[in-house]
Amino acid sequence: MKFKLKIWRQENAQAKGKFVTYELDNVSDDCSFLEMLDQLNETLVDKFDKPVCFDHDCREGICGMCSLYINGRPHGNDSGITTCQLHMRRFKDGDTLVVEPWRAKAFPVIKDLVVDRTAFDKIIQEGGYVSVNTGGIPDANAIPIKKVDSDLAMDAAQCIGCGACVAACKNASAMLFVSAKVSHLALLPQGSLEAKERVDNMVSKMDELGFGYCSNTGACEAECPKEIKISNIARLNREFFVSKLG
Amino acid sequence: MLNSSIGKKLLMALAGLFLCVFLVVHLGINLCLLRDDGGEWFRAAAGFMSSNKIIKVFEVFLFGGLILHIIYGIFIEIKNRISRPISYNKTYASQTSYFSKYMIHTGMIIFAFLGLHLINFYFVKLGWTPAPQGIVAVEDKHDFYNMAINLFQNPVYSFVYIGFMIFLGFHLHHAFQSAFQTLGVNHTKYNTLIKATGTIYSIAIALGFSVIPVYFLFFWGK
Amino acid sequence: MAQIESKIPKGPVAEKWTLYKDGQNLVNPANKRKLDVIVVGTGLAGASAAASLGEMGFNVKIYCYQDSPRRAHSIAAQGGINAAKNYPNDGDSVHRLFYDTIKGGDYRAREANVHRLAEVSNSIIDQCVAQGVPFAREYGGLLDNRSFGGAQVSRTFYARGQTGQQLLLGAYSALSRQIKKGTVEMFNRTEMLDLVIVDGKARGIITRDLVTGKIERHAAHAVVIATGGYGNVFFLSTNAMGSNGSAAIQVYRKGAYFANPCFTQIHPTCIPVHGESQSKLTLMSESLRNDGRIWVPKKKEDAEQIRKGLLKPTAIKEEDRDYYLERRYPAFGNLVPRDVASRAAKERCDAGFGVGATGLAVYLDFATSIQRLGKKVIEERYGNLFQMYEKIVDENPYETPMMIYPAIHYTMGGIWVDYELMTNIPGLYAIGECNFSDHGANRLGASALMQGLADGYFVLPYTIQNYLANEIRTPRIQKSMQEFESAEKSVKERIDKLMSIKGKHSVDFYHKKLGKIMWDKVGMGRTKESLTTAIAEIKALSVEFWKDVRVTGTKDELNPELEKALRVADFLELGELMAMDALNREESCGGHFREEHQTEDGEAKRNDIDFMYAALWQYKEGKAAELFKEPLVYEVVEVKQRNYK
Repeated sequence: MKFKLKIWRQENAQAKGKFVTYELDNVSDDCSFLEMLDQLNETLVDKFDKPVCFDHDCREGICGMCSLYINGRPHGNDSGITTCQLHMRRFKDGDTLVVEPWRAKAFPVIKDLVVDRTAFDKIIQEGGYVSVNTGGIPDANAIPIKKVDSDLAMDAAQCIGCGACVAACKNASAMLFVSAKVSHLALLPQGSLEAKERVDNMVSKMDELGFGYCSNTGACEAECPKEIKISNIARLNREFFVSKLG
Repeated sequence: MLNSSIGKKLLMALAGLFLCVFLVVHLGINLCLLRDDGGEWFRAAAGFMSSNKIIKVFEVFLFGGLILHIIYGIFIEIKNRISRPISYNKTYASQTSYFSKYMIHTGMIIFAFLGLHLINFYFVKLGWTPAPQGIVAVEDKHDFYNMAINLFQNPVYSFVYIGFMIFLGFHLHHAFQSAFQTLGVNHTKYNTLIKATGTIYSIAIALGFSVIPVYFLFFWGK
Repeated sequence: MAQIESKIPKGPVAEKWTLYKDGQNLVNPANKRKLDVIVVGTGLAGASAAASLGEMGFNVKIYCYQDSPRRAHSIAAQGGINAAKNYPNDGDSVHRLFYDTIKGGDYRAREANVHRLAEVSNSIIDQCVAQGVPFAREYGGLLDNRSFGGAQVSRTFYARGQTGQQLLLGAYSALSRQIKKGTVEMFNRTEMLDLVIVDGKARGIITRDLVTGKIERHAAHAVVIATGGYGNVFFLSTNAMGSNGSAAIQVYRKGAYFANPCFTQIHPTCIPVHGESQSKLTLMSESLRNDGRIWVPKKKEDAEQIRKGLLKPTAIKEEDRDYYLERRYPAFGNLVPRDVASRAAKERCDAGFGVGATGLAVYLDFATSIQRLGKKVIEERYGNLFQMYEKIVDENPYETPMMIYPAIHYTMGGIWVDYELMTNIPGLYAIGECNFSDHGANRLGASALMQGLADGYFVLPYTIQNYLANEIRTPRIQKSMQEFESAEKSVKERIDKLMSIKGKHSVDFYHKKLGKIMWDKVGMGRTKESLTTAIAEIKALSVEFWKDVRVTGTKDELNPELEKALRVADFLELGELMAMDALNREESCGGHFREEHQTEDGEAKRNDIDFMYAALWQYKEGKAAELFKEPLVYEVVEVKQRNYK
């Protein structure tokens, strides 16, 4: 397969970036999008050019490190996957692919397609945990948990922190990310004791870091590689009201 | 609470839902125009609305809510634009509810209509603008019945009016379900119900208001 | 020969850990604040250790090369985590878990360590549940278990197919809590490039800030490496792209023993290789073997037809299928340990019965289970795995059997540690996959997560105090010391050297070449001849690399080519070490299969008389590494030939 790639290149955080167009031929339809970029980079190295920088690690859709906004969609034109799981057979031979970094004030570009997502870590540090120390814990079966609740918590806990929700949202809102963690812990008895402080602190951190406001467009849900539902956002809202009013 | 993003949105949603209720009342009164009774029902309804003490209190809330909804809407839009200082080259190909992306635009269009609407009716009531020519006050009250009929017989006004109502429908289509989501009402059992109600509501409002000019343009007096 | 001091406590195996804890030195709370600990790596072991040490009051600094500690590759573990809870009431016990792990490791692990691992396994589950890890539950609200390869009881706790993710996020949340409290300082996008030793003790590390390229010094009273395994030596593996053996090689170069480097695990259920541009292999959880049946066609001509795409697997009649694991190992069937399953697959493919376009694949069939349990149950158990498979291969595994093939997955070998998880360099610890301790020659499924968390939550935080208790009078280590300066200088020189070569071939070119040598000659089947050739080829490749590698860009920026070059340089050293160790070990055991040493029916043949030891390699500059031996003494477990028949 053959592709025309229009890729965002930016030297560093301070530099002004621009789109650069590359042509790439002999791409196997079995290879993943990132393997296609590897192939492009090989050709760049051949020419002593700097390869395109992009974040990636596990390449099996779970670490959440890969990003890329491809033709207007985070993680490209397939649903329920990350960019590393996107295969070239999803495109047509000869397609032009526009590849951009996640765009958000809270995710500044570091270089080329690499952005800084430490904002997510900072939000988690505000309360995305149950405050227990190691050791001195009662038996795991001491607290029975309804299977439905546990399953719902697991649905939310699957978030991989990739930031596609922020990238997809026209408002660059982080509500889906925050709501996934708040929901995961609010649904379990272990997490419910600190529910009030957690939701307060995480939401105010989210606001402080410069993410936009949710306007319920549902783009986050449509693009989330783990298909996390916006019902979690409604739960976050509920948790928030309860915490403020209670 | 109001310092937070979620708090502000809660207020937006509550104000919006309040406006939704108001629209139903307003539509109810307007539909009285269709009754061929020389404006008896319409006048009675309008009279009740302008004289009842409780309604007066609600009027304050209504304007408060409206202003709040608009100011917060604009504030949030600005905030959201700041949140993405560099925009995408290829934008938003994600599957979303279509109208949700244009809430600020449909909102501003409705706001423009509201200006026109207020000049035409509410300002007359307040005495800020004179009543159109040929409209005589009835029993010291402005004759909104004939004012409305006159306006609707003007095809330009009517088509503009219908156009605006369509945008109102677009706005409401996302707004209704969005308000529930913001309030935290989202449950697999009821989501379809909420969405369907929202769709029916938005169509009913847009259609309901549009029926009136259509009637006066094409069917009235024939 | 130096005496290998493994510091195994006295007393019966089952009481050693209790006795150790009763007698060890502790650090009082006021002194903990004065002590700094460096932890490298934020996987299960690193994150849990840093969080626990932070909670205790030590000053911790933690490092990862990714943008966030939550990315560490522990996150990719799918199947589950073992514990001897015996919730299903099927006769499990600490002793049985201990026994299974020793046997699964083909009697090449240290008894005392493994017993301790089994002992703390239950606390791990308690700890994780308290953190809010959403393990699978029964309708009654209690935790669910499933069975896994190499065990006859159901002792594996799981969270759908994402157990590693949930456990890592649990450790990450505990770590985040400490970062917020200020007891742990986080350095992300930072890679360790060298260890600093002062007066014989590990006192710090040299790092590179991957964004700015700045070389920095970090000092502490003790250094813990938790940097995972070195499977990427093979280029294609199930490891993350960034997973590397560099920290291990760096400490090895500074004198730490590297133990059993040849013990690598080949995972039987991976998605087969598709082509040249492939960058990594994807694993399908071993839990699939619970309900999937592995087979190849009985007739060679059927296999040929399938390879050509002329025949569909569903068209092969039941009697024409060879369920070779069920045939060869009736007792364990499809649930034999990983090494056995992998070799059996290779054996069938080598014999010409392989399927898929390349002939390097076997079927994993769910038809029987779907019939027995219904599609819904199968979907509940493996839904996300099936979906992942379909995305990659473009085939629906509910309708046609999956294709699988073994791939490099885990490295049992690693930095040698004593009972306290300390290396032979005082103050340097190695935990998780990067040490060699608990899995012997083969790791059982769902034991990696157990070991990582055992080391991080429940072992290291105790044992490190035994060392730190003697360090309370040592003031904060000064980064201006000459040792830091010279370590920094040598790191800078290494980088400058790589940047200045400006040769013909990219880093990946060499990495792929190394990978091919390793897979072909140091892979599933090894011979004296293949290993000797491999050593020569790797040596030559290494020379070529240092003469002709091309690293584009500069050293003062985010430069993935430079990062890769540094790692591949280390892999070249590791590859050679692995081959040397494999050559030395004249026996077949666990993941190490020497074709010269097999029984008549192709099973691994151990040599307990000559090789019942851990092989410890010590770096000698400019010379071949020197071999030391730690004899393995089995007091409790009776050493037998493994038998899964």
